[in-house]
Amino acid sequence: MFPVKELKRSLLISLWFAFLTFPIMVIKVDPIERTVIWRWDNLFFVALGSFVISILAKVYLLRKERRAGRKKVKKELTEPFVQRILREPRFLFPLSFAVLTFALLFPALFSTYQTNIMTTALMYVVLGLGLNIVVGVAGLLDLGYVAFYAVGAYSYALLNMHFGMGFWAVLPIGGLLAAILGILLGFPVLRLRGDYLAIVTLGFGEIIRLILENWNTFSQGPSGIANIARPGFFGMQMSFDAGITYIYYIVVALVIFTIFVVNRLQDSRLGRAWLALREDEIACEAMGIDRTKTKLIAFSLGAFWAGLVGVIFAAKTTFVNPASFTFLESAIILSIVVLGGMGSIVGVIFGALILILMPEYLRALSEYRMLAFGGILVVMMVFKPNGIISNVRRSYRFKKHPSKEVIEP
Amino acid sequence: MDYFIELLFGGLTRGSIYALIALGYTMVYGIIGLINFAHGEIYMIGAFTSFIIATVLSIYGFPLLAIVVIAGLAATVWSSAYGFTVEKLAYRPLRKAPRLAPLISAIGMSIFLQNYVLLAQTSDFLPFPALIPEFAFMEPVAHIVGSSDLVILITTTLVMIGLTFLIKFTKIGKAMRATAQDKTMAVLVGINVDRVISATFIIGSALAAIGGLLIASHIGQINFYIGFIAGIKAFTAAVLGGVGSIPGAVLGSLVLGLTESFATGYVSSDYEDVFAFSLLVLILIFKPSGLLGKAETKKV
Repeated sequence: MFPVKELKRSLLISLWFAFLTFPIMVIKVDPIERTVIWRWDNLFFVALGSFVISILAKVYLLRKERRAGRKKVKKELTEPFVQRILREPRFLFPLSFAVLTFALLFPALFSTYQTNIMTTALMYVVLGLGLNIVVGVAGLLDLGYVAFYAVGAYSYALLNMHFGMGFWAVLPIGGLLAAILGILLGFPVLRLRGDYLAIVTLGFGEIIRLILENWNTFSQGPSGIANIARPGFFGMQMSFDAGITYIYYIVVALVIFTIFVVNRLQDSRLGRAWLALREDEIACEAMGIDRTKTKLIAFSLGAFWAGLVGVIFAAKTTFVNPASFTFLESAIILSIVVLGGMGSIVGVIFGALILILMPEYLRALSEYRMLAFGGILVVMMVFKPNGIISNVRRSYRFKKHPSKEVIEP
Repeated sequence: MDYFIELLFGGLTRGSIYALIALGYTMVYGIIGLINFAHGEIYMIGAFTSFIIATVLSIYGFPLLAIVVIAGLAATVWSSAYGFTVEKLAYRPLRKAPRLAPLISAIGMSIFLQNYVLLAQTSDFLPFPALIPEFAFMEPVAHIVGSSDLVILITTTLVMIGLTFLIKFTKIGKAMRATAQDKTMAVLVGINVDRVISATFIIGSALAAIGGLLIASHIGQINFYIGFIAGIKAFTAAVLGGVGSIPGAVLGSLVLGLTESFATGYVSSDYEDVFAFSLLVLILIFKPSGLLGKAETKKV
């Protein structure tokens, strides 16, 4: 059943990988002791591993081909299963009710540790939804999103340290400051085309981080700001565990609020303007949409959510330093958006949960977890380039009603 | 004045290293329109391979010249092999995918390669053997310009000339230019686009490997993380010069290197990167397609 030719090919592939990984996997030198360790067993594992994987991949492809050959007629434009469910109110309401109940009961069902991880994941859900406005809906590739997150976190840290301001007072301020920065940043860069925009936003993100790192009198440099107050609840003192649960509920509320707003935005005049802008700028302008204004709103709204989450982040960890706001963070948030499915709210939620929870539960792999993370990112993109739940554009469709005759166009 | 010349040479050295990496970015971008985030990692792998080979050879007592040649060759060969494989595994299946999918794949690849080297080797900084000797004739000016600066400048210039020759006068260079202009049209006139793309990755990776070898022996230490920041800087340089344009990448890199060097020397070393990125933002505001990039006019 398995052709010999393919077997030979897999053998060649495994030889190639053995060659490829030879210097880095096999030789380990100690430049100070001046000794060389030859780890030939690694070579064997690499060759065997790549042989097995290449055969598995080939089998998968063959089966896919055979299946595609069998049913080539039935290939209409169908919506993904999840989206179809979400469209129907009779599925949507019980489902969202169930999810909400689960979310509310989560701290009671699981340990504090789990709740803490879930809080982080939900924070990334909000970040992903915020970035989704910029990247997924408006189509502006932003690689420096973490800058706004940092602004939120540092505004709480600094206002708390210098003026003793509380969490609830700073929450809107942090969001607004980030939004203002979004506008300031947006003005000069919105003239730029796709990838130039990407690198400039990346540059801005790095500039913000470097300023935080080096301007010691302002931000206390790389050592960061510690002992930030946790959020208060009408002046009540809370134990450590209760505090974590409390933040969890704040984040859940924020997630619900974000989903509500983003969902309403999508079908609004503004949301449609963003979609139009993403598809074709020139046509969009011809239709009378103010390009600069629309883009700036997208930028500042996206930044606003990042600012809010930043404030929560500072309150949750009670410590901020510039190391939390590196480019990798932006890349992870962007991966959430793209992996989940650009422009799709449910997709982004799934993406955030998968990408943030995965490294946590991959802890069993200990030091291999980031390796697995990178690898999985590549594999997922290769097999599902449109994301887990791709957003199918909404279109009107004529339905045949059983009682009335509807004439199909 | 001496200080000025020292900074000038420092900037040129730095700029030419950026140029070696930036060329890989700009060539790949020119042909398939992808920001290849894993390119910095290829450079890091080049540095690591040359480190491993050079150290092994020096332990077994080879003469310096042989070490330099063999380590350089090994770095080039293996980096090219990595570049080739990365393209095949992570980018080729995504040729027709939405624009951001290969970008995420590239970021994933970059994380993967970093951790691969971290696990297979070490997370510590490793002392890189000094491959470039102190020349006797450089003695009088050694306090201003080091021998390794000179070697880097000469090597880079030679490599650039070679690359220009390759792109201008050889068959594969012609095919690359054609593919960059219009991929569909290139297929129609009988160019094997897949092979051209592979060749681009191989050439870009080889240049990055040379850069890795030179900078590692100039600075004297490496670790698994060097590729990341160098990659971002080189990409900045490529954009500065106009991404997709080969002379632009070189010019952008030199401008970036000089800016950083002078900013470090005359202002403050803390804000070196801030200057680099501010320069980028400023140039792009006034010239949105980079220094030598062609402004794209779109017909409607």
